[in-house]
Amino acid sequence: MQTILLFSRFTRGSAKLILRGPRSYWVWLAFLAFLIVSGLFAYTAQVQTGLALSAMRDQVSWGFYIGNFTFLVGVAAAAVILVIPAYVYDWKPIREIVIYGELLAISAIVMCLLFVLVDIGRPDRFWHLIPPFGYLNFPQSILAWDVLVLNLYFVINFVVATHILYRAFHGRKYAKRLVVPLVLLSIPMAVGIHTVTAFLYNGLAARPYWNSSILAPQFLASAFCSGPAILLVVLQLLRRFTRFEIQDQAIWKIAELMAYAMFLNLFLHGAEAFKEFYSDTEHLLYTKYWYTGLGDHRTLVPYAWSAVALNVVAFALFIVPAARRHWLTLNIGCLATYAGVYIEKGMGLIIPGLTPDTLGEIYEYYPTLTELRVAAGIFALGFLIFTLMLKVAVPISLGEFMRRESQQELLDPVTQRG
Amino acid sequence: MRLTTLAALGLAAAALGPAADPPSAAPAPHKRTEERLEVPPPPFTEGLFPCTTCHEGMPVNRTRRVLKDMHDDIVLKHDEEHRWCLDCHDATNRDRLHLASGAPVSFEESYLLCGQCHGEKLRDWRAGVHGRRTGSWNGPKRYLLCAHCHNPHQPRFRALAPKPAPLPPSRAAR
Amino acid sequence: MTTPEKPKVSRRLFAASGASAAAWVLTACGPRRLHEVPRDRLRVAIREMERKYSQQAGKEVKVSDAGALPGVEFAYALDISRCIGCRRCVYACVEENNQSRNPQLHWIKVLSMEKEKGVDFSHADPYYHPATVPEEGHFYVPVACQQCKNPPCTKVCPTGATWTEPDGIVVIDYDWCIGCRYCMAACPYGARHFNWAEPVLPADAVNTDTHYLGNRPRPKGVVEKCTFCIQRTRAGKYPACVDVCPAGARKFGNLLDKDSEIRYIIEHKRVLVLKEELNTVPRFFYFYAT
Repeated sequence: MQTILLFSRFTRGSAKLILRGPRSYWVWLAFLAFLIVSGLFAYTAQVQTGLALSAMRDQVSWGFYIGNFTFLVGVAAAAVILVIPAYVYDWKPIREIVIYGELLAISAIVMCLLFVLVDIGRPDRFWHLIPPFGYLNFPQSILAWDVLVLNLYFVINFVVATHILYRAFHGRKYAKRLVVPLVLLSIPMAVGIHTVTAFLYNGLAARPYWNSSILAPQFLASAFCSGPAILLVVLQLLRRFTRFEIQDQAIWKIAELMAYAMFLNLFLHGAEAFKEFYSDTEHLLYTKYWYTGLGDHRTLVPYAWSAVALNVVAFALFIVPAARRHWLTLNIGCLATYAGVYIEKGMGLIIPGLTPDTLGEIYEYYPTLTELRVAAGIFALGFLIFTLMLKVAVPISLGEFMRRESQQELLDPVTQRG
Repeated sequence: MRLTTLAALGLAAAALGPAADPPSAAPAPHKRTEERLEVPPPPFTEGLFPCTTCHEGMPVNRTRRVLKDMHDDIVLKHDEEHRWCLDCHDATNRDRLHLASGAPVSFEESYLLCGQCHGEKLRDWRAGVHGRRTGSWNGPKRYLLCAHCHNPHQPRFRALAPKPAPLPPSRAAR
Repeated sequence: MTTPEKPKVSRRLFAASGASAAAWVLTACGPRRLHEVPRDRLRVAIREMERKYSQQAGKEVKVSDAGALPGVEFAYALDISRCIGCRRCVYACVEENNQSRNPQLHWIKVLSMEKEKGVDFSHADPYYHPATVPEEGHFYVPVACQQCKNPPCTKVCPTGATWTEPDGIVVIDYDWCIGCRYCMAACPYGARHFNWAEPVLPADAVNTDTHYLGNRPRPKGVVEKCTFCIQRTRAGKYPACVDVCPAGARKFGNLLDKDSEIRYIIEHKRVLVLKEELNTVPRFFYFYAT
């Protein structure tokens, strides 16, 4: 009973935080809302007409949605890059920002699940996956595994983040006995969600481009670049607009870790490219379609080389200590990483995997406006969730917003004006 | 092999009725070691069969020559250097064919004639593997005669106009 | 049945009671995959299907629930040296199996290949359109579901909406498929097709002899594929494509019957399966009779 009361106070306190903010906050929310509404309209049309409104066809049966899904699983998994040093090595500077990694993971997983939802032909039958009413083909189907691990990962992160904030709200330290095991569990889980997602493609012998054991390591390497890239930008924004303090040291450390991850990512890509081009088997077609195009079919080629260039630039900027310590080059590096990995893991993974199709036909897929709008809507929703969670989490974890029965009004968030 | 016998081929029986086997000096009819296969009537050109309608009483000219008065539409492209009408069509009984041995064969069993050279095809055909076969996979089947698909005078399978190609995938909804 | 109104009313009454009965059964026992529902509930579901499809088509549509025959494992063989690429099979299949006319959906894809290159998908052309076939220097490989013994598609289905029947036919429960298309990514033969929009099937084109795992009309957003004409073959008939093939290139039968055409082909001819290296173990064989 007591807990319910306390929790409802926490909820009300959170709502209060969300509903107050400067103009820029509301403009941002309005922008997100606009994208969400646009996405909703596009999705409604898609549900009515069918996935024919997408550019996907029998030849290329997965596209932009599944590409985004894959990329975002990586973002979600990347929270672990913060958790490992924070909890395993007890490295303080990172520890205080772990919560934001978890919030990012939560938003990313929500987006992942939404991207799967908009991709399926019969969203009204989503419950067919959920026992006991539905039937989950576990352990046969890797998609069943993915459904399980993604949801479990979501729950773990949600519980940990909520618990830490809830305790902070009431002025108490989090319960180690709950948090530490869950956080430790989330480490293999993070690796797990991304590995399972890689296996989703990896296990399909019909698609030689995916049927390579390098896929899962490559997924992890690129995830450890893209996830932190978003976080670094967010942390700098927080530092600038709130009283939130984060040591430069922590940011530089993360950037350094990203450099190693990016090196590994590039190395694995190179290893795969070598194997394909040198051995020159019939399986080369897919890699060729991505990097050089097949005949007149060259839609993806500019994207392929943009991704390579962006990743190389990012690596160069992060590996040179002076560059990753300068705020401009650091942020360029972050954007380059984000864009590079987004291209390479979105369209660069899904589309060449399916082009040419299994009977050799080449259909050049690129998303339609409907797909772009739906995807933008989902990203906006994810950012909305992330924004609102930050809005709650920052003041609470700074100790600016706590439940004090009488003085609550006095604590009108200073943060909002900072 | 589930081969169903044919009690009576109505049309064929009617056609063959008047021209009973001449038990003359001609070689003995082909001995059937197997059951007869159920086949639809042979694909005669309209109004030509029975051949005896015209050929009855006509003197037999066995000289190899270009036909001018009748059957001039027939172009023989079937090992034509070595073959001519009467190598397959029987001269004494015009409503029949005959094997290399001289044994007469009805048009309904013309596969025996074809099978003399194309033995492998005949074997496959009997097994239901060469040629079109309809009916029931676990019951009675219908065979077609060789001549239903191959013009015996020009046996190369005729070219067909293909049905329309599928529509290539289009980005537009419909 | 003399007045036009009367049957309508009674049909509507029947429909309403049928629907409510079905609804009752479904809510009472919870919806399930057709794969696992007990026989009596399957019958109810099938009667409901018949009612719905008959109403849509304006004529009586029969939905069979014929099960696999004991001692039967179906297999198919296609004579590459005979196929002339005329595509009669493609359209016979469309008509027999109630495929969508718009968007166009074909279960069979005929690939034109160059004799010089052999069976090579990277040079295959499904869109050939010469005045007559066969074309000089080309041969044809029609591809549909290979009904694999080790099917990659059923393995990946997250909801168990597709499975192999005891007679070897890989089927889909159109009422359970969620349309995730994982099976399409997994199929090495491009045999699975998705209903990207509401399938259009003119009422007069409806084949009224259907099977619940086969050619009954499909909704938008689900996957479909060749079922060896389950509605015909379980009734002893040849698949529609076998019946129509003018070249007699298509052969079908029971793999477990020593005297079947299929066994003759496997034992006497040069046989190949597509993408053998993937270990899918197709029940669809290609052969060269000559």
